[in-house]
Amino acid sequence: MSRKPLIREVPPTTWYFRHPRYLRYMSREITSLFVGAYCVLLVCGLGALADGKESYEAFLLALQSPLSIAFHVAAFIAALYHATTWFNATQVAMPIQIGENFVPGSWISGAHYVVWALLSVVVILLAGVF
Amino acid sequence: MKERLIRLEVFRYNPDTDTEGHYQHYEVSCLEEWVVLDALNKVKETLDPTLNFRWSCHMAVCGSCGMMINGEPRLACHTFLRNYPGTIRVEPLVHFPVERDLVTAPDDFMEKLKRVKPWIIRKDKQPIEQGEYRQTPKELLRFRQYAMCINCTLCYAACPEYGLTRHFIGPAALALAHRYNQDSRDQGRDERQEVVATKEGVWECTFVGACSEVCPVHVDPASALQQMKIASSFDWIKEHLLPGGGK
Repeated sequence: MSRKPLIREVPPTTWYFRHPRYLRYMSREITSLFVGAYCVLLVCGLGALADGKESYEAFLLALQSPLSIAFHVAAFIAALYHATTWFNATQVAMPIQIGENFVPGSWISGAHYVVWALLSVVVILLAGVF
Repeated sequence: MKERLIRLEVFRYNPDTDTEGHYQHYEVSCLEEWVVLDALNKVKETLDPTLNFRWSCHMAVCGSCGMMINGEPRLACHTFLRNYPGTIRVEPLVHFPVERDLVTAPDDFMEKLKRVKPWIIRKDKQPIEQGEYRQTPKELLRFRQYAMCINCTLCYAACPEYGLTRHFIGPAALALAHRYNQDSRDQGRDERQEVVATKEGVWECTFVGACSEVCPVHVDPASALQQMKIASSFDWIKEHLLPGGGK
């Protein structure tokens, strides 16, 4: 008897609506766009700085526009979501075995949060906030 | 013991007569303690002997009864009716061709499994007189979790990457490659890397993590794949950035 298996194609553009876990995954992927856009903004700032004082001050003024503030708030939330989901995933990607036991996953993720907090403090100090 | 009328909505496909699948409804009286596999067996025994599905051990060991239960890849023998108050929709595992009703064709997985060489490879085989290759509990722990895989392919049904990109080797096969790479008795990592560290291997994985969420025996294939990505990255750094290719 010949086989006639039924092939069911996956919808290439709407597959992530099939399950909440896929939507969660895609929402995390989308946060990358904000992180990428903010990197481009920083490069633009550096370009303005290289062009001279006048150019840089115009750039700083543009940052104060309502549109810019709205983008910064959105980018900050996206970056927070991206970072926390990544730190929570590190315990999956980097299990640490010591002897006949694995280090608890929360320690691995927790260490990332601690380093993140320390680096943030250093950046804030360098920026002269305090 | 308490009985309940269970409503099942079951995917049907007969390759001799159908060009596409359809759903058939059944109502069977079941005990609350039963699992979905029991309900399917009762349908087959009392209502419809033409219904096809695979099963064997009834104890989440053989990995035969994987199916979509209310849209989630699950073992039918491990899915209790008491957790499903409404109609239960039962379909064949997605991402695999359907042979008949709930029976899928695992050929692609079997082929890919073979490609990662999931067995111990020795470059220097020691004679039998020297005894077995001994291993400490610490060395066993490095791979034990990945050796628990029962090849049920639920992870393939959960993985959108496999559904969209058919050349992807996939979670279970790659996790088993990792299992042997981590084994202190094995010397075959270089051979496996030819398949593992490629775009059809770990680099096709985008870390959705669904494979680990559905694994009935907690193998955590996502963890294995990310570890292999990190190890493969170090290989690349050694080969391309260190003097003498890091040798």
